[in-house]
Amino acid sequence: MRETFVKTLIELAEKNPNVELLTADLGFGVLRPYNEKFPDRLTNVGIAEQSLIGVSAGLAKEGKTVFAYSIGNFPSLRCLEQIRNDCAYHELNVNIICVGTGFVYGALGMSHHATEDIAVMRALPGVCVFSPCDALEVECVTKAMAEYKGTCYMRLGRGGEMRIHDKINDFKIGKAIKVKDGKRAAIFLTGGIYDEVNSACEQLKAFGIEPSVYTFPTIKPIDKDVIEKCAKEHEVIVTVEEHNITGGFSGAVAEVMAELKDKKAFLVRIGLNDTYSSVVGSQKYLRDYYGINAKKIVESVRESLNV
Amino acid sequence: MTDSELAWKIRRHGVEMTHISKGSHIGSVLSVADIIAVLYNSILNIDPKNPTMEERDRFILSKGHAGAAVYSALAERGFFDTEELKNHYKDGGILSGHVSHKGVSGVEFSTGSLGHGLAVANGMALAAKKDNKKHKIYVVMGDGECDEGSVWEAALFSAHFKLDNLVVIVDYNKMQSLDFCENTISLAPLADKWKAFGFNVLDIDGHNLTVLKEAFEKKFDNNKPTCIIANTIKGKGISFMENNILWHYRTPQGEEYEAAVAELEAQRP
Repeated sequence: MRETFVKTLIELAEKNPNVELLTADLGFGVLRPYNEKFPDRLTNVGIAEQSLIGVSAGLAKEGKTVFAYSIGNFPSLRCLEQIRNDCAYHELNVNIICVGTGFVYGALGMSHHATEDIAVMRALPGVCVFSPCDALEVECVTKAMAEYKGTCYMRLGRGGEMRIHDKINDFKIGKAIKVKDGKRAAIFLTGGIYDEVNSACEQLKAFGIEPSVYTFPTIKPIDKDVIEKCAKEHEVIVTVEEHNITGGFSGAVAEVMAELKDKKAFLVRIGLNDTYSSVVGSQKYLRDYYGINAKKIVESVRESLNV
Repeated sequence: MTDSELAWKIRRHGVEMTHISKGSHIGSVLSVADIIAVLYNSILNIDPKNPTMEERDRFILSKGHAGAAVYSALAERGFFDTEELKNHYKDGGILSGHVSHKGVSGVEFSTGSLGHGLAVANGMALAAKKDNKKHKIYVVMGDGECDEGSVWEAALFSAHFKLDNLVVIVDYNKMQSLDFCENTISLAPLADKWKAFGFNVLDIDGHNLTVLKEAFEKKFDNNKPTCIIANTIKGKGISFMENNILWHYRTPQGEEYEAAVAELEAQRP
């Protein structure tokens, strides 16, 4: 995902001389291809995230299309007020790129697990929140962010995420993308966790269940139409995210479902259950430990549908 | 209009605005009044008829709680009607206590939470360098604001990127919200700190209009950013407010209001 981001950013920078990339001293290898082409348009602010976002705001105020890069919780929680006051309130084109969300940096420990960033960022008015699910979605989101006249936040995996789409027609901010058309259950995912969803779908075939599957590259604004349609046509909606369920992607879906007058489905949320991840392990190990995996999805769907 | 006349008007409006609104921060407004007056009357390249002209100098009041001073200067310079100043803090008004750009002609950037302005100014200064533009970026900060770590993150950046188009002014009245700075979190030696961070530093009397103007006009033969430590008095111009921490939050009402107005009227230039 991060390589796709940088490749897309280079394309954008070639077309638009106002594109600027800032980093808070991270992304050495990842950003190198950009740096080789545009050394004058890459600014390393040092290990200083408040400065990262403040400087980004100042550049964007002067007409630049700014991408601010860091990892984990550093470009969100560490500088939240700068994002709120300096970027979002002023409606500035600052695009925050966060690599290594969820358990991507699993073994590095709790400080490096970005598991509340969706909840925090989606509480900010005017900020678009993206969590693309494969490399092609990253490309679409990166291009859309540059065009959006306001502040955006995109969380990314490190790479090696399963490919979902061969092509995406007509990508729009705020629109979910249908992957599978099924019955009875609908699975909504955000972020690079399609491998677990796909595996669950394969396993569910044995029980006669073929769920609908939608990716949500945009969490804010959330796709109300898809949620409403699925809530009317399915018996259960299962959300899957590598993030706290409190206020996260599932929270956004729950808010929409709670206001629907006419619905059939109830909601099952798979994610980190309002805790800090203090166990040492790889991304896969932590997904299994905290029950954010294919097994849990299969169990949830079977239990919900009594199959 | 002379600098002295504008400084007086800022003080007079400040007292009136905080009286009508029963609002805070008159001590800070009086402290920063001379700095704002010289900038808005003699230094900043700005045009009330074209408030967003590209070549304008950029000004950020990072100590946003002294917003009444900037609103007053803008109104007196013709950016909007001075009548609007009466709506400071008012329900449905546009002039919030902390300086806001929304709907207010001439305000470059909204602030209020301390420690934000310098980093944003850095971005503006860097953009000007990249685009080879000649305007300058001015930031007025409080001394108490220098408690914020983000100020020093930003100061490192200003010097490293050789932002010689950036001028920081610290309104050094030696007082902050609850007490004197030195009783709260020691800042001294403040000028040495900015020097050590790579700034040209001018340590001046922040109420002497001539000295202020000279400081703003001083050219340095290097590529460092500049920091003007403007030594000021909180509550300057109204005897019972000067160096009195009470007037960070207290609003002038009743006899105190009348006494404040009388003292200012006696100083009218």
